[in-house]
Amino acid sequence: MAADALVALDHVDKWFGDLHVLKDVNLAVRRGEVVVVIGPSGSGKSTLCRAINRLETIDSGSISLDGRPLPQEGKALAELRSDVGMVFQSFNLFAHKTVLENVTLGPMKVRRTGRQEAEQRAMELLRRVGVDSQAGKYPAQLSGGQQQRVAIARALAMDPKVMLFDEPTSALDPEMIKEVLDVMVDLAQRGMTMIVVTHEMGFARTAADRVLFMSDGAVVEESTPDEFFSNPRTDRARDFLGKILKH
Amino acid sequence: MDDLLAERDLVLQAFWLTIQLAVLSGLCSLAFGTVLAAMRVGPISVLRGAATTYVTLVRNTPLLLMFIFVFVAAPNIGWFVGTPFLVKGVIAVSVYTSAFVCEAVRSGVNAVPLGQAEAARAIGLTFGQTMTSVVLPQAFRAVVPPMASVLIAMTKNTSIAAVFGLAELTFRMRYFANNSADDTTIFLTFALLYVVLVELISAGAIGLERRWRAAR
Repeated sequence: MAADALVALDHVDKWFGDLHVLKDVNLAVRRGEVVVVIGPSGSGKSTLCRAINRLETIDSGSISLDGRPLPQEGKALAELRSDVGMVFQSFNLFAHKTVLENVTLGPMKVRRTGRQEAEQRAMELLRRVGVDSQAGKYPAQLSGGQQQRVAIARALAMDPKVMLFDEPTSALDPEMIKEVLDVMVDLAQRGMTMIVVTHEMGFARTAADRVLFMSDGAVVEESTPDEFFSNPRTDRARDFLGKILKH
Repeated sequence: MDDLLAERDLVLQAFWLTIQLAVLSGLCSLAFGTVLAAMRVGPISVLRGAATTYVTLVRNTPLLLMFIFVFVAAPNIGWFVGTPFLVKGVIAVSVYTSAFVCEAVRSGVNAVPLGQAEAARAIGLTFGQTMTSVVLPQAFRAVVPPMASVLIAMTKNTSIAAVFGLAELTFRMRYFANNSADDTTIFLTFALLYVVLVELISAGAIGLERRWRAAR
């Protein structure tokens, strides 16, 4: 396991009852690296992503962040999570708060930033993702693409060391997918460390440093995007690519 | 009618006492009931068990029993000796009502999508912060109508205090009914005062629902 890894998973196993959802997963993500995780539904991609900030617990193995193992539930875990940005498939913006309040809540409650400073920074981030004109609205008044971009701004407001994306575009219309991916590509180019679970092969090709292919809870292939898409090594990956790249 | 007008101060004092009982009990029940609900959905099993036991015990016993305990039994074992009657009344009603508030709030918590709490935890909020900043505000928005029902029932439940010497509306109604032949007028007058009070709660609930509609 690389010592300089920002995110390190070491022999991680997880069961849901009898179902072995993560099978001996090993992964080391370097600072600034963009890792894209792809694979069929039910292959454990989302569980892997969620385990990294302990929204899912694991049964054995270890996960560490910036050299520190994930703590048990409690204050230390909350502190660690504040350094890990998470973007969900269903956005999960706080429904009772305005766009601006969604972005300032974390900095004000967790980092104890003053309101003025937090709002100024939030507006910068909202401008960067292109939704600053919606700052006073409630999430339900925004399109899906706008909501997801706000969710990205909300995560960035904590100045995270790493960003996790759990199928960020799977709930979006095609035209909105692009606006979210553009923001993510920009983020990757700025050097953010990212772990992205996605079905967007275009994004994997342009932005990924490394592609992880998962099947039935195990990482079965790991390579550069070029190599993976042009010359997949396993039958399972060839089969998967054949299905999704056909249409 | 003449009797009521001649002694309208007594009627107004009784109305004021019922208002005090209702408002103070309402505030205490909302506060304590919300704490109980947070305990019941929280991660600490001892607190979860305590809150569940409380709800089971209190919700399944008659309010009259609670009054007898606070006014008669408790002083015998040295509790609430010399406590003002109003405070004792508020305690009895609040202890009882908070169990119902707890369950109303809890149903609201269950109505908040799990993703909301996950997103809150993901930005580093603690369990307490997640509850107070994200989950409970949305839970309250979801349970305005049933919560109004709980508070309306509570307002009418304050009438049991009449049996224990608190000169509130029901107490006064009995006083006037015993001393006058005009029973219908007396009944309508006192009934109307309860209706006014309860309608205020309904109006408040409708107002809150309207205000919170956009933010859900």
